[in-house]
Amino acid sequence: MSQSLFEKVWAAHTVKTLSNGQTQLLIGTHLIHEVTSPQAFGMLRDLNLKVAYPHRTFATVDHIVPTDQRQEPFADPLADAMIRELRKNCEETGVTFFDLPSGKQGIVHVVGPEQGITQPGTTIACGDSHTSTHGAFGAIAFGIGTTQIRDLLATQTMALAKLKVRRINVNGSLRPGVYAKDVILHIIRTLGVKGGTGFAYEYGGEVFDNFSMEERMTVCNMSIEGGARVGYVNPDEKTFAYLKGRAYSPVGDEWDQAVENWKSFASDPDCSYDDVVEFDAADIAPTVTWGINPEQAISVVEDVPTVEGAADGDKALVAEALEYMKLPAGEPIKGTKVDVCFIGSCTNGRLSDFEEAAKYIEGHKVAEGVKAIAVPGSQVVDAICREKGLHTVFENAGFEWRGAGCSMCLAMNPDKLVGDQLSASSSNRNFKGRQGSPTGRTVLMSPVMVAAAAITGEISDAREVFGVGELASA
Amino acid sequence: MALEKITEVSGNGVFVPGDEIDTDRIIPARFMKCVTFDGLGEYLFYDVRKHEDGSDKEHPLNDERFKGANLLFSGENFGCGSSREHAPQALYRYGFRGLVAESYAEIFFGNSTTLGIPCFCASKEDIQSIAAAIEADPSIEITLDVANERIRFGDQSVEATVRETARKALCEGKWDMIGELNEASSEIAAVAGRLSYMSK
Repeated sequence: MSQSLFEKVWAAHTVKTLSNGQTQLLIGTHLIHEVTSPQAFGMLRDLNLKVAYPHRTFATVDHIVPTDQRQEPFADPLADAMIRELRKNCEETGVTFFDLPSGKQGIVHVVGPEQGITQPGTTIACGDSHTSTHGAFGAIAFGIGTTQIRDLLATQTMALAKLKVRRINVNGSLRPGVYAKDVILHIIRTLGVKGGTGFAYEYGGEVFDNFSMEERMTVCNMSIEGGARVGYVNPDEKTFAYLKGRAYSPVGDEWDQAVENWKSFASDPDCSYDDVVEFDAADIAPTVTWGINPEQAISVVEDVPTVEGAADGDKALVAEALEYMKLPAGEPIKGTKVDVCFIGSCTNGRLSDFEEAAKYIEGHKVAEGVKAIAVPGSQVVDAICREKGLHTVFENAGFEWRGAGCSMCLAMNPDKLVGDQLSASSSNRNFKGRQGSPTGRTVLMSPVMVAAAAITGEISDAREVFGVGELASA
Repeated sequence: MALEKITEVSGNGVFVPGDEIDTDRIIPARFMKCVTFDGLGEYLFYDVRKHEDGSDKEHPLNDERFKGANLLFSGENFGCGSSREHAPQALYRYGFRGLVAESYAEIFFGNSTTLGIPCFCASKEDIQSIAAAIEADPSIEITLDVANERIRFGDQSVEATVRETARKALCEGKWDMIGELNEASSEIAAVAGRLSYMSK
């Protein structure tokens, strides 16, 4: 019978049906970081359990690690304690740790793919909701809580209910100046932040066929912002080319066997889905959020919505968002003054994100009064950017070039907004207070749009600022 | 390790209005700098409960009338965003033992169920009528009947649902599955043995 990739991977990793009706699913690859794992190691100790498959758990530090000060001890004693705790837990249990001195440290969702740990047809879990990123390789990857981290450490399995699968096709060609970030913001804007609850999203169509692996990662990364715990793209030649030669990729005969095996997991052409949604690439414009969740997004040429114009069920949330964001309802979002510009995160902190932004900022200067930071997603990304001289392009333009980490995406380290500063951000969440100040405001957008905002000091249409391609006629 | 069979939870309620209440709102990231979950209850909803100087804002959890409530009522897509278990841990440690919302985000729902916190779904209208009853009499006794999927308050009762796998898990005392997962070690090894990447 024809099956989707999700069904095939699920079947290959099913251990048994549990007495409560859930499936006991083997998770082949477990990724951990310093914030959500220490309590799990504590629970294991309390239960006197050991790590069952230590060679299948990989650790790094990303959430709280400072991006300016890289020498330990860190100024924040709590951050320092958390990193030491992870180091100790890894040493005691034999878990591989991509620590700061390794040259491989970085955001867990950047490190996994770049080390070749993320592979097609596998199951992956991490105590972080953006684990869906790894789906770009045709893996089924779940964000989990700490109790499930305990379950994985102890058994390499967890209890889960099977998801339904929604196929999302984006066909046609993206217009110039429209990026993967715009595609996922557009999808979430259309299907809603809870539209994906209970679903795995399978992304496909010409746009995804043409996307690079990094672009696929950007889209899969934000699946959870649309409510879908899992998002994936079927593996193809691009996937295999990306993985070839990476540290954890198979070599020699094993490589050939692995590729054949990986191909077999791709969804069968005639498989059925629980739902199918079609998008036309030409309808997607550079997209920005205006509110307090990622569904509250508009094209950069649109006006900020009004309470009156909202559907009855949305009026309260629109009013709450407008009050928090202090944006003028019914006026263009373009021209809104920005205070901080952030390029980085597990959504948009990879080499191609910095390459693309650097192409346009070269020869420009960050507007006066704007703080702009560029934070590579990993030490490897940092090293390649330095090799190519990209960090100099950013620095010459007036950006601060930082060390690798999550940084201002969730502001658990010293990179935070102050007061009600407005941030143009390439990250993934515009929740109230997300970027570290309880009144701070976040506008999500692509890295090139952040670059345009940094240079003009206001939310801008990057296509105008940099003279890219045609302008949307809307 | 026998777990409690959670067939119903009773007590008093508090209504925290709003849709899309995300886990950053439930527990802001800066309070996750800790290696245990102890003490998280103190920071529940911190930024919507407290001014930056630490004084109270107007919030249902700061309202004396609702002190001691152990059942929380809210709106749509409760617990969206970050997978942080710190959110249900903070709710639990604050004293909440049951949740009622129009809907939940997937990861939050699973994390809460694993802690033995029943997550009921009810209609907006029913949640509003329970909220009105709480407002009129904060001491009104409310029971979340997990087994029969109903919410009783005062002399009224409304239908509410708990997803079937969660309902069964709670009622049968199987909401934390570590014991049963661990019993399957030979089956796990068999599945792992068929997957070439597991041997690396």
